[in-house]
Amino acid sequence: MYSEQVMEHFRNPRNMGVIEDADGVGEVGNPTCGDMMRITIKVEDDRLADVKFQTLGCGAAVATSSMVTEMAKGKTLDEAMQISNKSVAESLGGLPPNKMHCSNLAADGLHAAIEDYRAKQAAKV
Amino acid sequence: MENVIYMDHAATTPTDPEVIKAMEPWFAQQYGNPATLYSLGLLASQAVEEARAGVAAVLGAEDAEIYFTSGGTESNNWAIKGVADAHRNKGRHLITSTIEHHAVLEPMEYLEKRGYEVTRVPVDAHGLIDPESVRKAIRPDTILISIMHANNEVGTIEPIAEIGAIAREAGVLFHTDAVQSVGKIPVNVKELNVDMLSLSAHKFYGPKGVGAMYLSKRVRVTPLLHGGSQERRRRAGTLNVPGIVGLAKALQIAADQMEAEAARETALRDRLWRGLQERIPHIYLNGHPTKRLPNALNFRVEGIEGEAMILCLDMNRVGVSSGSACTTGSLEPSHVLLAMGIPAEHAHGSLRITLGRANTEQDIDYVIDTFPGIVARLREMSPVYNR
Repeated sequence: MYSEQVMEHFRNPRNMGVIEDADGVGEVGNPTCGDMMRITIKVEDDRLADVKFQTLGCGAAVATSSMVTEMAKGKTLDEAMQISNKSVAESLGGLPPNKMHCSNLAADGLHAAIEDYRAKQAAKV
Repeated sequence: MENVIYMDHAATTPTDPEVIKAMEPWFAQQYGNPATLYSLGLLASQAVEEARAGVAAVLGAEDAEIYFTSGGTESNNWAIKGVADAHRNKGRHLITSTIEHHAVLEPMEYLEKRGYEVTRVPVDAHGLIDPESVRKAIRPDTILISIMHANNEVGTIEPIAEIGAIAREAGVLFHTDAVQSVGKIPVNVKELNVDMLSLSAHKFYGPKGVGAMYLSKRVRVTPLLHGGSQERRRRAGTLNVPGIVGLAKALQIAADQMEAEAARETALRDRLWRGLQERIPHIYLNGHPTKRLPNALNFRVEGIEGEAMILCLDMNRVGVSSGSACTTGSLEPSHVLLAMGIPAEHAHGSLRITLGRANTEQDIDYVIDTFPGIVARLREMSPVYNR
């Protein structure tokens, strides 16, 4: 059902966990739907110095979470905001049609974390 | 697929080698069509009638009350649509439950779109139906009650004999989907007070694509398939001779082994559940503690999702199933677990383990050793599990 890339990320998820003193936190999804993701980010010089995820969900949800952290790490915030659900799915060699909603979670979670960071920065000014 | 520990016997079972041996001559050697008059056909016809007699004997029915079909789905469709059509002038109301298999629920929905009314009786937290709620649902225009014998997800065994007595008293036809119970627990159509009963061979170590329906002599049904005089003109189509022979053989073996095998699988199942409960916090049984199929164990694991557990177990060569939406492609969690009042987030995190003949104590202990690590890892990954 899943591509080898999806299974590889599911078996060996990258950047799994929580950044304790995170600069931004993004939470998307809902346990009632069986899918939930939390992304924490560390920002240095407008770049994502660190990105970590926690995910409740199926194989696709875990793999897309893992992939989005890998894609985002080291990017500027503007670059990271360009990462789309589609590009995450493509980087994993595609997802089964009924799993495309899972990839929405990953990029949305990342964007939510960046927006949280930006909102906090704006509040400081 | 070497060394796989298969624990999803509610989905299907491997065909018994004895069954395959019994089927074998009916493919290329004695391949006659049972509807023909020369000896090759007569031989096939005799084999089918012997199989029918065997099935009838196990179920406590008469030979002429057994009809062969393509499986549980066809039998269920036939019972529901066949009765609905044949009795439409008497009434257009049917009763079923909220936890039926989709092969019952969807024919019911199909009828609703065509002017019939359906009442779905609820279940309690263990998945058990109260016969009184069936009695209360009966109306003057009720033509059929269809309640499953044992549930395919949680294994809860319904009080079919009591519901059957209520149906009989009210003069309403009663069908039971016994796909999960036949071969595992005693199924006798007289004792269960049923007028119709569906079964499927591949659930009890027979071949896929063949099933049967018990249809009491006194029941009028419209055929689902038209086009030939087979099965007393009630089910057209050339008979699946090897499949039918295999079904009867498999049922005979299951009946012969039932008592011992049920005891063995119950002991394994309980050992598994005890072992998991001792090692994993926050896991809960889904289904009835005692009125449950001997091989069925369904439980929810707080804070994680079903498909992730299935994939991790698969990486450890263990094949199980879940009540999670993600595995079926829909976003809704199991309708059975929701009907039992289990919150959606817990229903998503449920696992179904159904044991079978090949499972050993060693397999059970392997799962007891392997699964806690999987749960710990997934919980570590989970944003909603707080230790």
